[in-house]
Amino acid sequence: MIEAVNIVKKFNNKIVIDNISFTFESGKTNIIIGRSGSGKTVLIKTLVGLIEPDSGYVLFDSRNFTAMNFNERKKIRQEFGMVFQGGALFDSLTVLDNVLFPLNMFSNLTKKEKIERARFCLNKVNLFNIEHLYPSEISGGMRKRVAIARAIALNPRYLFCDEPNSGLDPYTAVVIDKLIKEITEEFNITTIVNTHDMNSVMGIGDKIIFIHEGKKYWEGTKNEILNSDCKELNDFIFSSEVIRLIKK
Amino acid sequence: MIKILYQIGEYLLLLKRIFSRPERGKIYLKQTIEEIGKIGINSIGIVTIISIFMGAVIAIQYTYNIENPLIPLYLVGLATRDSMILEFSSTMVGLVLAGKVGSNIASELGTMRVTEQIDALESMGINSASYLILPKIIAAIFFFPLLTILSMFVGIWGGWLAVVVTKILPAELYIQGLHYAFVPFYVTYTLIKSFVFGFLVVTVSAYYGYYCYGGALEVGQASTKAVVYSSLMILLFNVILTQLLLTR
Ligand SMILES: Nc1ncnc2c1ncn2[C@@H]1O[C@H](COP(=O)(O)OP(=O)(O)OP(=O)(O)O)[C@@H](O)[C@H]1O
Ligand SMILES: [Mg+2]
Repeated sequence: MIEAVNIVKKFNNKIVIDNISFTFESGKTNIIIGRSGSGKTVLIKTLVGLIEPDSGYVLFDSRNFTAMNFNERKKIRQEFGMVFQGGALFDSLTVLDNVLFPLNMFSNLTKKEKIERARFCLNKVNLFNIEHLYPSEISGGMRKRVAIARAIALNPRYLFCDEPNSGLDPYTAVVIDKLIKEITEEFNITTIVNTHDMNSVMGIGDKIIFIHEGKKYWEGTKNEILNSDCKELNDFIFSSEVIRLIKK
Repeated sequence: MIKILYQIGEYLLLLKRIFSRPERGKIYLKQTIEEIGKIGINSIGIVTIISIFMGAVIAIQYTYNIENPLIPLYLVGLATRDSMILEFSSTMVGLVLAGKVGSNIASELGTMRVTEQIDALESMGINSASYLILPKIIAAIFFFPLLTILSMFVGIWGGWLAVVVTKILPAELYIQGLHYAFVPFYVTYTLIKSFVFGFLVVTVSAYYGYYCYGGALEVGQASTKAVVYSSLMILLFNVILTQLLLTR
């Protein structure tokens, strides 16, 4: 379970995250939606401590992460899996070595077991026969998928995905969405997904929060989202013709 | 002024983070060996070439500058030897490596920063400063002195080569000069300098790369700053160390 309490973040006196609180349960796919520039990336980075909040705090299963020092955080971070918006693969390492990286750092498996585990994760995201290539030699969508494989390598307890399926074709996007939901339920992970893709929201969202200009405007489930009376939310989701048709 | 103090403080804090306890020894060893290749082995060629030419020029210039018949010509050998040992092998090599190694480190770390690879390391609970920079420091403080020793020998040999090729002076006289009034402490002094220069080049350049925010443009600027400031630091510490070590 991840709880955020009154998170505020300013950059040069401009408020980017304005007093956001939420509770995300384990075993659930929690989705943060909002327009480009609404603060989704800043919020997810604040949760994992890459950005320090100006006020407010984050609890991981009641452990106050914000109050911890680097070494205390380190332990909890080994339970994190994070997919960055740009992938953030290590470009000096091959695809296989990227996925092996967290295993080499933190697991006590034998070399053979680590490689097996890395291959298993790559296959999970539908990647085969590319493990010897470097990130610069594969497509953007493949990089995203390698990033997901790397994030799930250590069986994380908390999974953070910043737009995991942007830049993917509709078929692969659905595969990735399903994968995220599947492992979330199977391993009882607390998963947070940033997206502005309504397909993902309707497909895998258990709990959804909508942020707009740094404020939380709405939260609920996917069954409620089409019938809310929040104007900002409706402007966001019904900008797409398809969703308007679905509602009808 | 305040900005300079701020930067010095930030630099010192970075050093503190680099030297806080590293996690997995084996992985550091592997990284260090890789860095020795990148920082050390790859620089042998350029150091050799520069030192040959430097030694040659020093020998030729001294020969032409000795016009007084009372000054024995074998002093050319002595002067070339001492110039190479005292100053050129460490300072020139330091400056050349500030250009080559410094820009390389700053752009590597800067790219990792702007493509979120450093964030990825941090989110996994890895002390990115220590993981990325410590192996470079070890490689440099180990290899800069070796390159300096190489430079001394090759430079003195370059002087001999110039004397032989141009026939401005009998080669035996040059050799005789090389043996005359040798002060072993000069070698220690220069090795201490090269050790310090290695540390400065890596840490100053790493500082500009590690704290580089933005995009490709900023990475370029960081790499320029790395070269300029590590060169300045070399010149400054050259004076300081000379004053400390050579004056009695
Ligand atoms: N390091 C920073 N310094 C200053 N402002 C920042 C910084 N990072 C983000 N911002 C600002 O915060 C706001 C939110 O940015 P953020 O990246 O969180 O948006 P986002 O919702 O993830 O958008 P997208 O969907 O396009 O990824 C933007 O207005 C951005 O300019
Ligand atoms: Mg974003």
